[in-house]
Amino acid sequence: MQRIENYVTMDFLSRSNNEGFMRVAAAGFAAQLDPTLDELGDIKTAVSEAVTNAIVHAYPDSIGRIQVKMKLLESNTLEIVVRDWGRGIANIEQARQPLFTTGGEERSGMGFTIMESFMDVLRIKSTPNKGTTVVMRKRISQRTKR
Amino acid sequence: MELSIIGKDRALEIQLKGELDHHGAKGLLTQMDLAIERYVPRILTMDFGGVTFMDSSGIAVVLRGWQRMRELGGEMRLTHVAPQPRKVFETAGVGRMMTINAGEETEYAAH
Ligand SMILES: Nc1ncnc2c1ncn2[C@@H]1O[C@H](COP(=O)(O)OP(=O)(O)OP(=O)(O)O)[C@@H](O)[C@H]1O
Ligand SMILES: [Mg+2]
Repeated sequence: MQRIENYVTMDFLSRSNNEGFMRVAAAGFAAQLDPTLDELGDIKTAVSEAVTNAIVHAYPDSIGRIQVKMKLLESNTLEIVVRDWGRGIANIEQARQPLFTTGGEERSGMGFTIMESFMDVLRIKSTPNKGTTVVMRKRISQRTKR
Repeated sequence: MELSIIGKDRALEIQLKGELDHHGAKGLLTQMDLAIERYVPRILTMDFGGVTFMDSSGIAVVLRGWQRMRELGGEMRLTHVAPQPRKVFETAGVGRMMTINAGEETEYAAH
């Protein structure tokens, strides 16, 4: 268990206009780690994928609760936890496969693949009809301070 | 997200502006389908110059365009793609399916 240096928790409804807000919030929290523009882009993209999944897949026909917790851990590591209390995922291994989607023509089945390749760690916990928790971690490069 | 559609001599250009996420992409597939039906282009150019952020929602949009152009026997290309959306495209293997230009190329934007 790594020590938590700082954290922020956000609780919000699964409305699609919160997607952009969560990206900005994540970028703002990550700023204390002095990330590069590329690292910031990776973090925003991964958060966007996880939050969009909760909005689109966890609550397909309703509006539900989503929680995003951002933590600053030791050794310049950012942890982002996206949690929902929605439909859940029956087969996580299958869901992680590139191109696997239950989402129809507006989805491409690449979300988990993007989260995995843009972050250092991706862990998914899910129980059908109980909800899903996605944990992502990324270590931010230590730049020489000017 | 804002959309401009410019059709000329069976070349269709779709210029996107704003954040291409699930929220911003709403209605985009339909608008693109309608434009392709109307202009029956030989070449479809999607100009990403105004796209400030893109996630996997953009992959579905581009792959739909690619599919339609393949049915028509035409081509598709992406122009003015910034590093963030480019990385998303590369992760999904879109670079193997069509030309992705970073910025300098202005052959279509010129007229
Ligand atoms: N929070 C969630 N609750 C329920 N099911 C989920 C959740 N997140 C993902 N899934 C399931 O896992 C599948 C794969 O997710 P992934 O993000 O990789 O692709 P997608 O969302 O279908 O498409 P894309 O992310 O490319 O738009 C989804 O189609 C859905 O079935
Ligand atoms: Mg997804």
